[in-house]
Formats: sequence, C-alpha cells, structure tokens
Amino acid sequence: MKSCLVVDDSKVIRKVARRILEELDFDIREAVDGQDALDSCHETLPDVVLLDWNMPVMNGLDFLKNLRASDGGDKPVVVFCTTENDMSHISAAISAGADEYIMKPFDREIIEAKFSQVGLI
Amino acid sequence: MRKEDFELLSKILKERSGLVLSENKVYLLESRLTPIARKKGMETLDDLINEVRLRRKEDLLREITDAMTTNESFFFRDSTPFDLFKADVLPGLLKARANARRIRIWCAAASTGQEPYSLAMILSEMETQLAGWNIEIIGTDLSKDVLDKARAGVYSQFEVQRGLPIKLLMKYFTQAGEMWQISEKIRKMVTYRPFNLLDSFRSLGTFDVVFCRNVLIYFHQDTKSDVLERLRGQMAEDGTLFLGAAETVLGLTEKFKPVSGKRGMYMTADHAGQLRKVG
Repeated sequence: MKSCLVVDDSKVIRKVARRILEELDFDIREAVDGQDALDSCHETLPDVVLLDWNMPVMNGLDFLKNLRASDGGDKPVVVFCTTENDMSHISAAISAGADEYIMKPFDREIIEAKFSQVGLI
Repeated sequence: MRKEDFELLSKILKERSGLVLSENKVYLLESRLTPIARKKGMETLDDLINEVRLRRKEDLLREITDAMTTNESFFFRDSTPFDLFKADVLPGLLKARANARRIRIWCAAASTGQEPYSLAMILSEMETQLAGWNIEIIGTDLSKDVLDKARAGVYSQFEVQRGLPIKLLMKYFTQAGEMWQISEKIRKMVTYRPFNLLDSFRSLGTFDVVFCRNVLIYFHQDTKSDVLERLRGQMAEDGTLFLGAAETVLGLTEKFKPVSGKRGMYMTADHAGQLRKVG
C-alpha cells in the first residue's frame, strides 16, 4: 500500500482528501502546515504528498523547497492542491520540484486522473 | 435556463454520477436534454424539467444522467489510445509514409475538442521529428454547438484538470479569467466540421488513423456494422482504428481485426492478412 501525506490547514479538506485517497488504496497521514509536514517526512518519507499552498507557520512552497533539499527528499511525488490557480503560482511550484498541480475545488476524478498521470495508480 | 432549474439538474447529476456541472455548462444541458424532451413528446426542455421536479421517475433520471455523462470528453481520455498512437502508430507511419510525408487523422466523435487537441499536443511535442510533414487532423461531430466550443478551445478549470498533465497546461494554454484557452498553434492543427456518421464518408477522403471512440455505443447493431464497414472504405490499407474501451468490432464486421495486446486498437483485415503472410 502506498502512503500519502495530506498537508492542509483545513480539517474539512484533509477529511475529503483522506476519504478519496483511502478509496484509492492509499495509507494516509495528515499534517496541518508545512513545518508539521516536514517533521512527518523526517520521521518517514511518504510515497506522495498532497500539498496545500497557503498555510500558517510554513507554506506549501517553502515546505517543498525544504523537502527537495533534504536527504532523500527528491523521492516523494509532490502534488500541489491549492486555490492558487494562476500561471505564476503553477510555474513557481513546478520549478520548485512539484510533479503535478491540482487547482481547487477538486473532486475524486481529478485526484484520480492526476495521481494516475504521475504513475501512482 | 433558470438558476433553480440548473441547480436541480446539477444536483441530480452530481448525486447519480459524481458529474460536477459548472455554470458554463448550461449549453450542454440544453443540447443534450432537449432531444430527450422531444423524444418524450414534450415541447421544451422546461416541460422536461417540470416533469423531473414533479415526479422524479427513475427511468427519466437515468436517461438524463446517461445523456449528460456518456459523452463527457477529457484530454487524453483513457490514456492508452494516446500512448499507443505515440509509441506504435506514429513510428510506423513515419516509416511507411517517408516519401509522401503526409498523415491524415480523423476524430469521428470530436465532441468539444479534447481528443483532437490531445493528438495535436502529442504531435507538437514531436515537432522536430515531424518537420516537413503535412499532418491533418479532422474533427467531426453531429452537434454544431460542441464544435463551436471545440473551435474556441476554451475550457473550464475542471476540464483542464481531467487527464491533462500540468506541464502541457503550462505549455499550451493561457488563462482567461476562470477559463483556459488552448493556444492558437494547437487550434490551427485541427479542422472541425459538423458531420453525421450516418451520412456518406466519401467527402472526407482517406485516413491513416481514425479515432471513433464512445460513439458506436449509441447505435443499434446493424448501424454499428454499417459505420465500421464504411470506415474501412475511408482508410489506408495499413490504417489504424481506435474504438472506445467498451467497444469492439467482434460480431460486427470482418473488415477490422483487434491488434493483440493493444486495447482499443484495430487494424484492417487486409493488412492483418499481409502481416500473417510476411510473418
């Protein structure tokens, strides 16, 4: 079973994402901000990170840069999942090493499509 | 369409199929559901909506859901046919057509353009290899409305997220408010024309590759056979046909053979016969 770290400061979003991803057979861990996510990754690297952008303490982009610079941090597939839906944010995320990008609102179909494109399903 | 009618229908569709209908899809409700109203002997779509509101009959709800979902088009829908097109069909054609340097592709149920544009993006990604080649993509559909949308090449945020890799979105689309428009370069690679598959194919010419996916399912058996046999008449002998994942030629025509191990891909029976002889 593949593991997915869901990073979002909204409890509702984490719950929705968890439900969709558990149905797709992922083992889910949750983090509430970028720092929390980094701590979780230092403990165990997940196969994939579903990552919000705007969060308190540490935002998604800073988390991603930190993750990619850390030991083994190039391995997890990182899929942004954010309301930031303009090209400049998308470009910044991809340049920082994100593998895919979901613009909220999302549904099961979009998650499934994006995860299958990056070879997770 | 009134707001409360749109909300009623989109709620039903969401519940029954998970289909998320954004406000800009009102035209889709109108173009797909009006024929159902007519079939039921009703004057207008409003009558159909009233019927839904009053009685919520299961078979009517199912019909509405089917009409709204079955045609839904994604970029790179089902991915396999596009992978096969890129990895199998194109390399073969690049050899076989090395002199003429001409390839013709027909998307016979082009709908709102995602399929022909997906092919155009694949070809565009290979443009150095294809320099000097003349590649034509013809997209046809019964509905003029969907072809207008295809020509405009403007898609909602939902539409560009189903099947389209983010890197292709970045490369080939520009943002226009809440919508995304595919680049002129890609739009220019596809020619659209309204066309009924029940009409003669002769005016269309001969094709090397035909995508005829998820449209035969709407037809009766004998119409399926007829369309497939006539398709063969418009294809090069070494041409390739792609059908939808739930479709087949078996029991319908002897003129195409499934390519073993390649789901949804068919070659002409003549070509299959020649390959057997050579092999």
